[in-house]
Order: sequence, then structure tokens, then C-alpha cells
Amino acid sequence: MLAHGLRAMSQNSHRGGDSLSSIDVPLKNGGFGQTSRRDNWWLQPLAVFLGLSTFIVYSTWAAFQGDHYRFGGYLSPFYSPEIFGSAHAWFGPKPPWWPGWMPFSAALLILWAPGGFRFTCYYYRGAYYKAFWADPVNCAVGEPRNSYCGEQSFPLIIQNIHRYFLYLALIFIVLLAHDVWEAMWFADGFGIGAGTLILAANTALLASYTLGCHSLRHLVGGKLDVISKSPLRKSAYDGSTCLNKRHMRFAWFSLFSVGFSDLYVRLCSMGIWHDWRIL
Amino acid sequence: MAAATFKIWRGERSSGGYKEYKAEVSEGMVVLDAVHQIQAADANDLSVRWNCKAGKCGSCSAEINGKPKLMCMTRLNTLPLDEPITIEPMKTFPHIKDLVTDVSWNYKVKTRIKKFTPARGEAWNASQDDVDRPQEFRKCIECFLCQDVCHVLRDHGLHDEFIGPRYFVYSAAMEMNPFDSEDRLDDLKSKHGIGYCNITKCCTQVCPEEIRITDNAIIPLKERVVDEYYDPLKRLFKIFK
Repeated sequence: MLAHGLRAMSQNSHRGGDSLSSIDVPLKNGGFGQTSRRDNWWLQPLAVFLGLSTFIVYSTWAAFQGDHYRFGGYLSPFYSPEIFGSAHAWFGPKPPWWPGWMPFSAALLILWAPGGFRFTCYYYRGAYYKAFWADPVNCAVGEPRNSYCGEQSFPLIIQNIHRYFLYLALIFIVLLAHDVWEAMWFADGFGIGAGTLILAANTALLASYTLGCHSLRHLVGGKLDVISKSPLRKSAYDGSTCLNKRHMRFAWFSLFSVGFSDLYVRLCSMGIWHDWRIL
Repeated sequence: MAAATFKIWRGERSSGGYKEYKAEVSEGMVVLDAVHQIQAADANDLSVRWNCKAGKCGSCSAEINGKPKLMCMTRLNTLPLDEPITIEPMKTFPHIKDLVTDVSWNYKVKTRIKKFTPARGEAWNASQDDVDRPQEFRKCIECFLCQDVCHVLRDHGLHDEFIGPRYFVYSAAMEMNPFDSEDRLDDLKSKHGIGYCNITKCCTQVCPEEIRITDNAIIPLKERVVDEYYDPLKRLFKIFK
């Protein structure tokens, strides 16, 4: 237990500055998982671990699968926009210059952008540092490692790229909204099917998640100390703040909805599920 | 009246251990009431720091069943009384005696942060919209529960490189103040270690004043640091300016 205090003092002696760290904290938690907490503190990181792992496994399989991602006017969000891949794609089928040894799927061309947005999201960062890296596994619970550099240096300093993924994610919201419009057109003209509503709900949840992003909240108004003189930015900041308070909820709901949307389109395309035409 | 068992950490500095006490529990009691009862009846030499008993002075911070909390704001009816209630001192600061820790490190840290510096010649008129954000941070009672639970200090002991959530809140209150003209971003990045925060939100969870420490103070400061140091497009614009 005293090791920590001694380590802190030794660190300080290298610097020769104020003796801020020369403190002995003899009661600190010991090894990994050591805590006086009585509640089921392991439940939350376990749920996050299982939830994210399930999504990663499913989305990776769906991305590499490369088929059954379109059903009529419905397009799976994992494959939107379809840049190359089929006759409906922006630039037609798989390009001839694509290296033969590299597996091709339309999803692989685009999924890095929303994937990067989620990977660098402030909410997910906190969640997966706990669930996958146990740093800490939960609040006031002992950790498995002594060394720590956080996001102060390489590699995690790269997380600061988050705002660039945000810019891309905003474009994706527009593209997914266009997909919802496309999903309203059937062979016999305008209509609404269960798939239309699923894709619309997915886009609404993704938009709520994206527009409540901490970086967006900062960029639209949070960076200003005097926001009262910019009423438009004040409104945008208030709106983003409102969504930001529910950021965790939208992060999970939208993660589920994007996976379910793909599953729905996939199962309809495979003929296992039948789309219910409402209008 | 029901009786409950309390396991209280007794001892000085590194030596010590838990000691069990019984206390009568009545409606409306908080943990601090039980500690006072034990102090009066069974352990006159039990050291405990307290003052207002109203959750406003931030003195009675401790760890109750392993969670950093104010003893005066933790009602006994929120705890499982069928098993002993554990009361320990905060673990991030040097232990003095029983439930008392030396929190003076925090005051030393505060002296390292650039003070509020009003811009010269500005009229002191502000819109409520502009002071709402700094006002949230003024609710802080300096109980240091957020510092206690932060794993950067608690588990990694980076007291020399990281100022902790309390002082990010303090810095944010000044950085976002419309009348302040000081720039603390370089300090936040290099001397105060804002990059060490990995956004686990433990500080927010334990704050008795319900300040959204991570969302409203730390992340906005991180974003301001990104603006200044890690956004290549912004840097490019600056060069052309």
C-alpha cells in the first residue's frame, strides 16, 4: 500500500519542483477489482462489454458479407452511401482496379467514417476504457495496471480527431435522410412500409446522437464566452445541450437501431421476413 | 428502534483497521448522525471532520460502502442496514486519523492556476445567458469527492501532473467567464494534464451538487485545447490570418 506514496515521491524527486506529489496515500485500493463497494459494480462494464462486442461482431460480419443489403427502395445503413458495389451504386459495380487479394464490400468503403465517429466519441471512450481496458473498471475499484498516460500522449492523443469524424457523420445524416425518402417509393409509387419507418427511426436516432455530440456543442456555441450576442448560435447550443444530456441514451439506441435496420433489410432481402406495407 | 452495525476505519496513517460499532437507527438519520452517536457513546476519540450538516461545507467527505459521499447527506434508509455499513476516509489524500484526511494538496494545486483577470475597461454588465455556465461551477463546495474518486489521482497517483476534476471546474469557471482575459489553455494542456482525463465520469457521479463536471467543464476545456493545439485546419487558418 505504501508503494504508491513512495512512487509519487520518487517521481517528484526527478522533477525537483513543488512537492505536490510527495503525498502518502496508504489506504488506496490495492489490486485489480479491490474495492469496498457493495453494489454490483461489475454489471455496468460487463453490459457495455457485451453490448459493444455483439455490435462489433455483427457489424463486421454484415460489412464483409457484401450481399442482401438492399430490398426494393430500402438500403441498409451499413451500406449507405453505396459508392461502388451494385448497379444502384453511385459509380456502379466493383471497380476493376480493386486489388484481387483484398475482399470487397461496399460497406468497407464507408463504415470507417461512422465507426471512427463512435470510436472517438466522448461517451464511448469513457465506456470502453472501463469495459475493455479496465482503466478503471468502475469508479472506486482497483485497476490492473499502475502505468497510465490517458489521452495525454500517443496513441490516445489521436482521439482529439473526433471533430473531423463529426463533420463526416453530419454528411451521413443527410445521406440517410435521403435513403428514407427513397424508402418511400415502391414499384407502384409512393408508400410507407414497416421498413420505411424503421429507416426513419434509425435516422432520427442517429441524428439525435450526432447533434448532441460534445464537439458539435462546442463548435456551434460552447466555444464562445459571450453567446448572448449570437442568438442563432445560442439556439443551436441550447438544442445541442438538450440532446447532449441524453447522449448516452442516444448512443445506445442509435447503435441498436442501425444494427436492427441492417437486419431488417437483410432478412427481407433473403425472404425470411416480409415487409409490411402500411400505406 | 433498530440497531445497525458500522465498520469504521480507525487508526493513524498507514496503521489501522476496521472496528465495528452498533448504533440505534431512527427515521431521517444520516450516516454522520450515526458516527456522532458512536463518538458520544463508544468511541470518544474517533476523529471525524464535519461542520454544517447540510451538505454545503464539504467537510464530512468519506467513503460509505466504498462510494465517496458526504456523510451528512447519506440517509441510512438508502443503505442496506442488514449488513455492516463501511465508513472509510477518502483514499486519494494522506490519512491523518480515523476518518480525517489531509486535503491540503488541493489548496496547493489551486495556487498554480492563473487567477481571474478582468479585461481592462470593460463594463461589468453581462447577460444571464453568458453567466449561466460559470454559475453552475460556482456551486462547488470543495468537498473533494471528485478528486477522491478520480482514478488518475486515486490509482495512478499523478498528483504532480494532473490537477483533478475540482480544478478543471475551477479553471472552466474562469475560462468561460465573459469578463476574464487570461489564457489557461497552455497550462491545461501541459502543466495541468487535462489529457489524462479519460472521461469515465466518476467525478460527475459523486458530485453532491450535481455539477455536470465532465460534460460541462472537462470536455468543453478539452475541446478548447483541441481548438488551440490539435486542429490542423484551425492552425492553417491562423497562419493565413
